[in-house]
Amino acid sequence: MTNINNEYWEGFEGGTWKKEIHVRSFIKHNYTPYDGDEAFLASPTDNTVSLWSTALDLFKKEREAGGVLDMDTKIISTITSHAPGYLDKEKEKIVGFQTDKPLKRALMPYGGIRMAEKACRDNGYELDPGVKEFFETHRKTHNAGVFDAYTPEMRACRSSHIITGLPDAYGRGRIIGDYRRVALYGVDRLIEDKEAQKETTRSAMYSEIIRDREELSEQIRALSALKEMAQSYGFDISKPARNTKEAIQWLYFGYLAAVKEQNGAAMSLGRTSTFLDIYAERDLQRGVFTESEIQEMVDHFIMKLRMIKFARTPEYNALFSGDPQWVTESIGGVAVDGRHMVTKMSYRYLHTLTNLGPAPEPNLTVLWSTRLPMNFKRYCAKLSIETSSIQYENDDLMRFNHGDDYAIACCVSSMKVGKEMQFFGARANLAKCLLYAINGGVDEITGKQVGPKYRPITSEYLDYDEVFEKYDDMMKWLAGVYVNTLNIIHYMHDKYCYEKIQMALHDKKVTRWFATGIAGLSVVADSLSAIKYAKVRVIRDENGLAVDYEVEGDFPKYGNDDDRVDEIAYDIVHRFMEHIRKNHTYRNSIPTTSILTITSNVVYGKNTGSTPDGRKRGEAFAPGANPMHRRDTHGAVASLASVSKLPFRDAQDGISNTFSIIPGALGKNDQIFIGEPDIDCAAGGCISPTLFEGLDTDNAE
Amino acid sequence: MKGYVHSRETFGTVDGPGIRYVLFLQGCPMRCKYCHNPDTWKTNTGEEVSADEIIREYKKNREFYKNGGITVTGGEPMLQLEFVTELFRLAKAENIHTCIDTSGVTFTPDNAEYLNKVDELLSFTDLIMLDIKHINPDIHKELTGRSNDNILHFAEYVSEKGIPLWIRHVVVPGITDDDRSLILLGEFIRKLKTLRALDVLPYHTLGISKYKKLGITYPLNGVRDANADDVKRAKERILEGVRNVQ
Repeated sequence: MTNINNEYWEGFEGGTWKKEIHVRSFIKHNYTPYDGDEAFLASPTDNTVSLWSTALDLFKKEREAGGVLDMDTKIISTITSHAPGYLDKEKEKIVGFQTDKPLKRALMPYGGIRMAEKACRDNGYELDPGVKEFFETHRKTHNAGVFDAYTPEMRACRSSHIITGLPDAYGRGRIIGDYRRVALYGVDRLIEDKEAQKETTRSAMYSEIIRDREELSEQIRALSALKEMAQSYGFDISKPARNTKEAIQWLYFGYLAAVKEQNGAAMSLGRTSTFLDIYAERDLQRGVFTESEIQEMVDHFIMKLRMIKFARTPEYNALFSGDPQWVTESIGGVAVDGRHMVTKMSYRYLHTLTNLGPAPEPNLTVLWSTRLPMNFKRYCAKLSIETSSIQYENDDLMRFNHGDDYAIACCVSSMKVGKEMQFFGARANLAKCLLYAINGGVDEITGKQVGPKYRPITSEYLDYDEVFEKYDDMMKWLAGVYVNTLNIIHYMHDKYCYEKIQMALHDKKVTRWFATGIAGLSVVADSLSAIKYAKVRVIRDENGLAVDYEVEGDFPKYGNDDDRVDEIAYDIVHRFMEHIRKNHTYRNSIPTTSILTITSNVVYGKNTGSTPDGRKRGEAFAPGANPMHRRDTHGAVASLASVSKLPFRDAQDGISNTFSIIPGALGKNDQIFIGEPDIDCAAGGCISPTLFEGLDTDNAE
Repeated sequence: MKGYVHSRETFGTVDGPGIRYVLFLQGCPMRCKYCHNPDTWKTNTGEEVSADEIIREYKKNREFYKNGGITVTGGEPMLQLEFVTELFRLAKAENIHTCIDTSGVTFTPDNAEYLNKVDELLSFTDLIMLDIKHINPDIHKELTGRSNDNILHFAEYVSEKGIPLWIRHVVVPGITDDDRSLILLGEFIRKLKTLRALDVLPYHTLGISKYKKLGITYPLNGVRDANADDVKRAKERILEGVRNVQ
């Protein structure tokens, strides 16, 4: 065991963290909340400017090459499969790429060989026939396992798109390793800990104990591989990091090992900035590094995160609207002891948006609380206006369940770092489910009987009570098939595509969330509102299938702070979650749901027929919990108020609202206030504090 | 009592201080050539909403409006004088900041009964945003269909009452931006004792589609959008006028 008075931890306070693996305790005892403004931040160094221009050049070449610059078609990616790669070895303060070259995409067939092969082919490459043969004949993949176990009903639901985006052919992602552990403890200590966990499993060999022991062995091997990979870059990470530079590098190696091994739907980073700030504060005090040197390391680190890439197919990219990695980093928030958790490092991370320019990745996410310091709030607002690159999440809401060391995976899924993980479950199309209720389980596009053969609605005009009752039954059926489909998926993923390095950076006793999701909420709410408050006439085809609807009259629309329809939306979420809860979930996981189709709403809409709210067949859904496009007519507050009424306790995996606003609509700062000492027209007038500080400031002479 | 409402914007950030609940009232007697809300012209139509309901809607989301309040605009909100008075009376009872964004055109200084009503409204009003479209009476009439006499009187009246004023002016290239008028405007507003701010806005053509929809010929076809330089220059001229008086 690491001596608790070792040289690496000199100057650190505390606590439980020295005796056991407990990063939160380390942070709590050592971090320094920062209330000041952004004035201390440093500009990019010459090295940074030059490195970033090399990177931009590569991005450009990648675009010119049609999206992929280079691809591995033969070497199966593992933590140690590739020789070190560099952008410019002399200038890089933080090193490491997924393969031996920047932007070269790795081959990861364990999720599914067909997907890997297609990703190669669609990008103009040919998968090595030996690899193909090996995975088709000798080594089963996650995808093959899932399809061995699927029932015909599950397949039908999948192909009719009432359940869509399932991670049954690609990596599920959404697991955040506690990469900070690598820096704080060094890998040897982590291996010791895992060895001890393995020694203390129960001795009666039930299948779950056998699985635990096998997984722990996999984890230990992955940790050794992590050490070996770091060694190839010239670093010995068996011991804790000594300073900021090492801490960032060690942490990044941990993350890098994960993205060498898994092509997951979201490969998020965690909550690392305030952790790293402790090292930066120590180094600043000791005079080890200057502010500019520390910012340079952060810039280089973020640059690396911007260059994480995976081999993916065009269909995948269509589903996720692009080629996202979801390298989400959670910043700020408030500690349970009442102190805010904004540090100088929170600023430094965000400052990369200035030093390197705006970018969607890493997905910098501010855990927003009313209690964040005003300077930080202003800085975030300013950067949002300048770069449109910051995501915000409600810390006041999530802290209640997850404490103060949780992070966001993907866009909204919160989990305690290293203590909780999630089984990602895509989403169920609740709008299509409503159409199934009306058509007695027959798909409105294909005409096939997909759902149970309940009695369809035959009346000309839809009756609210009748529709609602049938809808509730259909949701119950859907929840059942959906959860059981996911049970198969996660069983097989654990079996054939286990996230060994990410799970090695978790406690032994892990809380598992069983994530489900909802698509089309606002379509359903508006449809039911139309049926209830207007008149909806059904248009049927020659086979009696309801294929279109005519709405007569107006009805309350979700997104206008109107309780009549907002309560319907609330009720749908609550009921669907109740149906989900009735089912058995894999590995004692706790079911949750999310309302977060940020990007895939287009694809879901494409596969769904006309709905009773007046939406036509194929038209996109609104993203996430958003009101339908142009139906929120009362401005942003009313729109947000509707969203905020949704029950978070039923949708604990997150509720997302995509909100775009032009900076000009966020307020003006060009009014001239009379009585200013020197009215400077050249600067476009004086920016007066009256606009921001409230109404009590009197600026008159 | 009920008012005729055109629409509401629950996240208003450009019509007064802070984040505001902005109520667009239906009906306007002016026909400004550059108006971008011609759909608010017609009177006695629109959604009928009671003052109570508005206050209730506001209070539900009060958290958002901590530094803001309610702004009534339009249309010409003072056309529905009694409704606005009722609304603001309720608002002040709830300690809500109140603001009227008006053209001042309905003001009639020689009607005592009307003045009593205006006084009552002003007693519940925290801020007046007055849009002076042109300082020259003839051009004003040509531009809006009405003289600016009463508008300028209203500015002085509000100022005498001690109610804070923000003056707005829209820069329409070639129409409302000649140097001399802008300087005169500056000289005029300098004399207003409660003047707090000057808000110079660029003319834009985003309203044209509404005219098409309503089947009205757009009167300013061919006039370009004002740009940042136009606005900056107009501000300089107006401030030049302001300084002339100092």
